[in-house]
Order: sequence, then structure tokens, then C-alpha cells
Amino acid sequence: MRTIRIGSGAGYSGDRIEPAVELAERGDIQYLVFECLGERTVALAQQARLKNPESGFDPLLEERMRAVLPVCAAKDIKVVTNMGAANPLAAARKTAEIARSMGLSRLKIAAVVGDDVLEACKQRDLPVMEFDGTIGQLGNRLISANAYLGAAPMAEALSRGADVVITGRASDPALFLAPLIHAFGWPMDDWTRLGKGIVAGHLLECAGQVTGGYFADPSYKDVAGLARLGFPIGEVGEDGSLVITKVEGSGGSVTAQTCKEQLLYEVHDPVRYIQPDVIADFSQIEIEEVGKDRVRVSGGRGSERPLSLKVSVGYVDSFIGEGQISYAGPGALARGRLALDIVRERLKLTGVAANELRFDLIGVDSLHGPHVSAHANEPYEVRVRVTGRTENLREAVRIGNEVETLYTNGPAGGGGAYKSARDVVAVASVLLPRELAQPRVQFVGDGSR
Amino acid sequence: MRLREIAHSRTGDKGNISNISIIAYDAKHYPLLLAQVTPERVKAHFAGVVEGEVVRYELPRISALNFVMDRALGGGVTRSLALDAHGKSLSSALLDLEIEAVPDKL
Repeated sequence: MRTIRIGSGAGYSGDRIEPAVELAERGDIQYLVFECLGERTVALAQQARLKNPESGFDPLLEERMRAVLPVCAAKDIKVVTNMGAANPLAAARKTAEIARSMGLSRLKIAAVVGDDVLEACKQRDLPVMEFDGTIGQLGNRLISANAYLGAAPMAEALSRGADVVITGRASDPALFLAPLIHAFGWPMDDWTRLGKGIVAGHLLECAGQVTGGYFADPSYKDVAGLARLGFPIGEVGEDGSLVITKVEGSGGSVTAQTCKEQLLYEVHDPVRYIQPDVIADFSQIEIEEVGKDRVRVSGGRGSERPLSLKVSVGYVDSFIGEGQISYAGPGALARGRLALDIVRERLKLTGVAANELRFDLIGVDSLHGPHVSAHANEPYEVRVRVTGRTENLREAVRIGNEVETLYTNGPAGGGGAYKSARDVVAVASVLLPRELAQPRVQFVGDGSR
Repeated sequence: MRLREIAHSRTGDKGNISNISIIAYDAKHYPLLLAQVTPERVKAHFAGVVEGEVVRYELPRISALNFVMDRALGGGVTRSLALDAHGKSLSSALLDLEIEAVPDKL
């Protein structure tokens, strides 16, 4: 049976780069996938693109491509990535330019475009899934609308000879499903195998999260070598069989436990993991260690794909102002609480217009609130944190200021004050009939056709 | 004993929804999880954090439970005022849950 090995070179936009180079050099892989596009990244990238039409793609694109293209070219490893963000075509042109500058102009670079469905969404007043309201009610606060595309256009690009495929918004697991569809010729209505392919993609898409990252808990779950964590390889058979492994000698570990944790990561109903190409079913999956750092994952299934595509909508939500200051030593907690009381009163006295305020003591109750943290011991030091949501930047700035002035007006011994104010680009979702997104493949540079 | 002694956990986020997996280290403890880590207890444990419904999904083949908690992330990851906007640390809080040990099950 034919088997291919797919490496996962990044689990988010800022991820470590050298594990991807290690995968290309020593992973015996045929495909290297970089998943770099967070929920709201497209919206931020769209804002950048509006200022400069040749920008709007991942800021680390050049660094990543320079790091891996030579070895990928030498070993004929195909690269698939969503680093195109809001501008896959410009990202592809940039990649072609990088390839040329490295003497690799023979590489064929393809962009997948068509995930941008802003116009289609504006024409229809679609209901927003996260809150009561419609996309139309966002008015001029609406920044971007990008459909989660499936694997088909990426698979098409590979079949037309692309060495590098750059997409914008696509479902993360689809980045991994595309090479499988291309390599094995899986029909797009073979729900069982597509479901198995999604299981592979889902386990691989967060890179180090399946090889021991986001896992260690000393003396309960020990993981060696996290500073040189190896990124995962999916060994996938033509029938959809799957083994998760990593480069021998790299840090971290692949165990049944790491795979189980990642299997359920960001999953709701395990019977219905909704993807553009298939509704995957994780409920019957079995996980078995078959060797050192080798875990077999079997039993994935799928059912017919949904009629709609999920669209990620970026919009200007509000502004957030924040201030922090620390207290330590005997009485630190009482001084921290006093500081919060003072800021609470000051925000009222000075009439700061906030829709929502939050008063935390970092080290005491900031992560889970006073109820969950109730039985905690008194710490040596606490950090006061006040945040608020406002309608404009001016009001947001005033929140941090009221924390900073605790230096000379607040409790004894406050140190290390910090303040910030920023606009908030938030993301919501709508469902769009799938025929309204028209993805297409476009080759660029010397390899274009 | 604490849940931490028999299970491990990971948190994921989507919008304003948090999911927490609870996975038995040893399959023999799965019935304990089923019996004692109920959606009602999880909801009560996260009073003040989770405003919405808590739904539990069962995955007996991997000895795991998956809790999906609605309105759990301060209005959503991309707009929350919380220090841990993703709720990544919620899994650790859930492992603090007290579990009544059944001697012959250990």
C-alpha cells in the first residue's frame, strides 16, 4: 500500500522555524505544511493590505521560505501553507522572488484565491452566529469576510505541478487533506477516507501540540527536550490509515496521551467535526502506541459535507484599555485589593466611559475568578490588573492612567506599572451557501503557466 | 483525591466556547470519570467563569470525556478582557476537582 509522509512545520504564525527545517532535512517527508493563520489574522492582514496592496500576507513568510525552500527543492518536498492570509497572490509573488534570489527559479508557485467573500456577504444580510444580529448591522465596522475553503483547490494546484501552494483562509486540516487527495486520488465524495484525512490533519495542524508541546506537567506528564521540540510527521496510507511520529532524536514525545489530548483539542461534538469537505466523526477512533514515538490512530469516519461554508468575519469591535502594577511582601494581597478599590472609585469619579470593566489580582484570581480560586494561599506578590472596554481610544487610555497614578497616589510600594490601549478587531462567523465562494488556482513567477 | 491523579486534560477555544477534554490515564478509571465528572459539577466548578450551558460528550474508546462550555470566554477570544483570553488555563482548574476514590477501582 502506498504511504506518504506529511510534516507539520508550524502550528501558528509565530511558531519556531528550525523544527520545520529539521523535518525537511531529516524527516523523510514528501509534503511540508505550515498552518499560520489564526482566527483574526486575516482581518488584521486585510487592514494592512488596504494600506499597501502588496502586503497582507504572513510577516514571517520570507523567513520561513528562505529557511526551507533550498532543502525542499533539493528533496522535491512540496510546501502547502495558508501564509497567504489576506493576500495569497502577493505572498506567491514574494515567494517566487525569494526562490529566484536563491537560484530556485524552477520552482512552481501557486496561489489559491477566492476565499475573500466580503462582497457576497455584503449583498446578503446573513445572521451572525455568535450574537443576535446580522452582518449588515456591523456597517462600516466590517473589515473582512473570508470563507474556510476546502482542500480541492490546493489539491488541484499540486496536481498541476505546484511545488509551493499558498492559500488564504482555508480549513486548517484541509491543508493536510489536500496532499492526500492529490497523492491518492481520493474522490471528493469518499466520506470515510476524507474523514480519516481530516483526523490526520486535525492531529497535525498544531505542530508541536501533538509531540509533547502544551502537555508537560512535571511529575505527572514529563516531557524531555521541549527546547528542541520535534514537529510531527503523519504517515498516511492510501486507505487513510495513520501513524503520528516525529524526527528521530528530536525533543518531545509522541504518545497515546499526547495524541488523545490533541484529538479533542478545539472539538465540540466528536461525532460531527464540521469541515468544508466532510463532516468528520472522531467518536470511534482508537489510539495505540506501536513503537517509540509512533502512535497509530484508526477508526476515523465521515459523512457528507455541509451545504454551507463557514465564513470568518473580521470587524472593529471596541477599544480596550489596561493598566497593571505589582505589590509584594507582607500585606501584598491587602494592598492589591486596596489598589483595585481605589481604581474602581477613580474610574467612577472621573467619569471614564467603559461598557465593561474587569478587576483582577494576577497571582490570586485573574485567571478563573474569585470563586474557583477561593481556597488559594496568600501569595508573596500580587499584580493588580484593570481592563475595560470603551468606545474610543481616548477613554481606553484613561483606564491605564488610573492604574499608573497609583504610583504616587495609591498603596505603599507599588512597582512595575504598565499601561496600554488598543483597538480590538474581533471575529464572528456566518454561514454562506458554498457555491458563492469561487476558489481558483493561480500560478505566478517563472513557473507560471 | 484530585481529578489530576487519574486524568489529564487540554483546553481548546472557538469564539466564546471553551472545550475541555478529561482523559483517564488508565482505562479502568473511565467509569469514575463518567460517574463523578458530570456536566452539573463542571458547571458548578466554573461558577463565575462559564455563563452558558455545559455539555458532556463521551469517548469510551479513548477513555475520555469532552466538555463543551458555552459563553465561557468573556465574550470571545478575540474581544475578551481576560488575561487568559483563550481560557488555556481552564483545564488545570478542572483537574483540581475532588474525586471520591472507590478503593477497588484503584
